[in-house]
Formats: sequence, C-alpha cells, structure tokens
Amino acid sequence: MKDPLFKDTDLVLSVSGVDKSFDGFKAINDLSFYLGEGELRTVIGPNGAGKSTFMDLITARSRPDCGEIVFHKSDGHDIDLTKVRDHHISRLGIARKFQNPTVYSSHSVYDNLLLSLEQSRGVIQSLFYKESQFDRDKIHEVLKTIRLEDKKNILAGSLSHGQKQWLEIGMLLAQSPKIMLVDEPAAGMSDEETDRTGELLLSLEGKHSIIVIEHDMEFVRQIARRITVLHQGSVLKEGAFDSVKNDPEVIEVYLGRQGRKH
Amino acid sequence: MLTLFDNKKEIIGFIITFVILIFLIPFLNAYPSEESLFHVSNFKISLWGKYICYAVLAMSLNLLWGYTGLLCLCQSLFFAIGGYMMGMYLMLMIGDRGAYKSILPDFMVFLGYQDLPMHWKPFYSFWFASGAVLWVPGLVALVFGFLAFRSRIKGVYFSILTQALTYAACLLFFRNDFTFGGNNGFTDFKEILGADINHALTQRTLYIVSCLFMVLVYLLISWILNTKFGKVQQAIRDSESRVRFSGYSTTHYKLILFVVSAMIAGVAGALYVPQVGIINPDEMAPAKSLDVVVWVAVGGRGTKYGPIIGAIVVNMLKSYTTQAFPESWLIILGFIFVFVVLLMPDGIVGLPNTIKKWRQNGFQSLRFKNLIKRFI
Repeated sequence: MKDPLFKDTDLVLSVSGVDKSFDGFKAINDLSFYLGEGELRTVIGPNGAGKSTFMDLITARSRPDCGEIVFHKSDGHDIDLTKVRDHHISRLGIARKFQNPTVYSSHSVYDNLLLSLEQSRGVIQSLFYKESQFDRDKIHEVLKTIRLEDKKNILAGSLSHGQKQWLEIGMLLAQSPKIMLVDEPAAGMSDEETDRTGELLLSLEGKHSIIVIEHDMEFVRQIARRITVLHQGSVLKEGAFDSVKNDPEVIEVYLGRQGRKH
Repeated sequence: MLTLFDNKKEIIGFIITFVILIFLIPFLNAYPSEESLFHVSNFKISLWGKYICYAVLAMSLNLLWGYTGLLCLCQSLFFAIGGYMMGMYLMLMIGDRGAYKSILPDFMVFLGYQDLPMHWKPFYSFWFASGAVLWVPGLVALVFGFLAFRSRIKGVYFSILTQALTYAACLLFFRNDFTFGGNNGFTDFKEILGADINHALTQRTLYIVSCLFMVLVYLLISWILNTKFGKVQQAIRDSESRVRFSGYSTTHYKLILFVVSAMIAGVAGALYVPQVGIINPDEMAPAKSLDVVVWVAVGGRGTKYGPIIGAIVVNMLKSYTTQAFPESWLIILGFIFVFVVLLMPDGIVGLPNTIKKWRQNGFQSLRFKNLIKRFI
C-alpha cells in the first residue's frame, strides 16, 4: 500500500478513522495516521492529547471503538492489529518502549537483551533453549549500538536512568522490529544523554520505522524529520519541524502554551 | 551437573546436608542403642520428616512468590489435597480393623453409609492414590490459574482470591456429607503398602523418601532457574508488561509454574500424612497458608535454600514454644514476622548482607514504605 500523501514510499502502518473513549471521554477522535517504511516520525502534543492511548491502540493493549489499524508486512500481507493479542504484537515485529524505563532489574544487561531476542518464546522451547553463536553476535551488535558493551555483566537495576532508557531501546532492537514505538526516550535525561539518545535514534532511521513520542522541544528539533501534532485525540498538523513550529494553530495549542509557561 | 549450582559453597553445603539428612540421621536412628548419646529417637525421626515436608511446601511457595512475584495463599490447600488423596488410600488399608469392624472407614459407618462411594473405590490402589496426589492439586491449580491469569488478576488481588479459594475449600471439607470425614478428617492409619505404619522402619523409610523428594525439588528448581524459562520467570517478577511486549505469553508461564508448584505441594502433603498420622480440614485453614509465607520470609524469599531454613527454624521454634509456653506461640510468630518484614527483608539467608547495609547506611535503609513495597 502507498502513502496517500507521499506516493513514493511504502507504508508499514496505517491508522484510519479510529475512535476510543473512556467513560465518555474521547481520548482518540477520528484519528488517521500513516507511517512509511524506514521513517522516523515524531509525535508531539500537549498533555491529554492522546499520545499514549495512541500507542496502546497500536500495541493492542486496548481496542479501538471503531476504525482500522493495519500493519503492512513486507511480504505484502496486511494484518488487522485490532484483532491481535498483545503478546503477539511483538512477534509481528512491533516493539514498544514504555514511558518509564522498564528493564528486568535483577538480570544482567546481557540477559535483558537475551530475553528480548527474536526467537521462539514458548514455555517448552525456553526450558531447553541453548544460546547460539548467532544470538551472541546479535546481542553484541545491539550492545555496541546502545554503547553499553562494558556494562554487559552488570545488573540492569544498578544502571543509571539514562542507561536504562538505552537498554530498553536495545531490548527493542534485539527483537529486530519493523516498527519501534518509543515513548518519551529523553525523559529525565541530562543534556548530554539526551544528545546521545537523539544520535542513537537517528542512526536507526531507515533500518526500522520509528515513532517517537516526545515533550522536550530541543530534543524534537534534533531528531525531527516529519512531525505529527496530536490535539484532542486527532491529528492537528503534520509536516517538517519548521512549518509545524510556525503554524499558528500549533502554537496556540501546544508551543504557545509552553511558550507562556517559560 | 555443575551448572545446577551457583558456586562451590553451594555444592559443599548441598553434599553435607544430603549426607546428614539421608545417611547420618537414619543411621543414628537405626543402630546406636537407645541409651547411647548419639541415638536419634523414633519421635525425632517423624518430627524431622514433618519439618522436611514443610520445607518442601515452603519451596513450592518460593517458586511462585520468590521467583515469579505471585504471592499465592493456597499452597496449604494443595498440600492438604495431596494429604487427603494419600489419606483415602490409608483409610481403606485399615480394612476391618477400625472401631466398628467394618470394611468401610469409621466415619462412614458412623454417618450411616451402606457402600463405599464411587470415587473412593480406585483408592484401594496405592499407585492410583499416588497419581491423584499429583493430578488433583494440579487440576485445581490449572482451572483456577487459567481463570485468574487469563483475566490478568495480579498482585494483592491474586493473593486475596487464592486465600478465598482456600477458605471455601476448607469449609467444604468441614462438611460431613462431602465424604472426607468432616472436621475429624482421616486418622488411625494402620498400614502402608503392607507395612505397619507405626513401625520404626516404616517411619524411617518415609523420612528418607521425604528427604529424597526435597533434594529432587531442589534440583528441579535449580535447573529451572538456570534455563531461559527461569530467566523469563524472574523477568515477570520485575516487569510483567515488558515481558508480554517482548512476545512472551506470561499467562502460559505463570500457569505452568502454578500447576508445578501445586503438584510439589501435593506430594509434600502426601508424604506428611503417613508421618503425622492425621489429616483434617485444619490443615487447609487460611492461617496455614500464611504460616508458609512466614517460613519463606524468615528463611529468605527468592533464595534457593532460604525456604528450607525458614521452614525448619520456625517449626523447631514452634515445637519448643508450644511445649514451654503454649499460650504465647501466636504472639511470638507475629512478632517474628513483623521483625523480619521490617528489619530483615532478605531473611536469614540475606542476614550478612542486611547487616552490611546497616553498617554502611545506618538505619536509613530501613524506610518503612520501601520495605512494604518489597513484599507486595
């Protein structure tokens, strides 16, 4: 399937006409969103714009009231994500990083990645699993990408906040995902760490399709390619950083508000 | 074999414990004369047999609570079900030597039964009973666990539900028309596999079998912990939603663990009954499940040998206290639990580390809120 706006790229994800309400509150309202192959997309929006609900819908954590969420596999098959069970989502190749870094704190960094590898995840298989050279190579490749090679035998619980965020991104990478959903990767990081996170995400562009949800505008500027602004559960604006930043509507609902705050 | 153990110390400890429990104690029971200083009395043997069964029960809870983060309060139910299954066989083996000289168990004669109920008949076979010891608790766990885990019931809600299940079962077993002897349960056993159940040799054999089973469970848990399954299991404890989003069906993992742990508890119960000579619904009273939690907490939750140490230490203390100060055991137990929760979060096994932490950070490390969080 082709992107209705950018006719030359293949789509990996299309969300169309999706509604979701909680107790009468419309968190998502007629949302349509298309993600291209290898694209790095940043989603911004004020608090309560529906960003996290949007991710929950894509990862089948909650089901939409109506509308379509379709994942376009590279072999040409389309998969309706509203009918998939949540632990199958990652087997399809959609990986999600949570807002707070969630790593397995009593396991080493290495084991955290090992458990995330793309392989059979059944009960019996994991009882008789033997680590292969291929698995080891993959883990080392990921360790290199997230720059935690020298920390591989350390317990994940004793990493710094920033390192945990990177480890979680690494855990997504270990799944060799088609789509990565990254929720506020720079939250709680120092400027230097934020910078490195930006570099990391940029280096993944093209290899995976990535959706980043972010608040920090400096960080958004660093990684911005195409930006989608969410407001009251639907897409307000989509475009390059500068055009979005200068859009009067966007300034009113988001940047303006933030501008007044500072 | 080496990969089953974490380090050399553990291997040495394992071998020493193995030799003492399985060779030395039975030897000292069988050979030295009763006046000898080294003699271990028959009473002590069945007392230790009981401790060992409790230790296995504690290990089964630790598999769920310590390594998967599931605070399960129905381990005593599985233990009692296992005990009842073996008890049915033992009741039938009394034959017509009961008080009423009938081939029916005494309580059935008393309640006016003419025939043995259908579901009792297969229990004439020891092997059927042994099988039931495994599959009946396993089946209860499978059905209950399937419903609970599929509905994503977690944390304290899971604990409350399992507690309620235990209580419901306890009330059911108290009823006379449930054909399990009501509040008297089963007792006055005569023989097991043709051997006199009260004979020293039989009791010694039961003790050795209990110890061997404990060793087997220890090795099984060690093996599980070293596989990827064990890593997933501990990852579920740390962050279940991360595990699910990494593509694992945590429901399957938890269900398997729940069933396996129920079976282990069932076998422990089946070994316990012939050694103590009685099984009644008190064994599955809700308070009994909480006892197991205390043993695991005292010994060291999430450690391989902590539950064994905890179960033995607390029960030795109980044996002593209920003789010396019979009125105050529950108060002492409560005090021990509160003390352990507040000051020794890693139990006896973690004591050296806890002391080190106190030395380093003073008493700041004992923030009440953090400690409570660790337990739920």
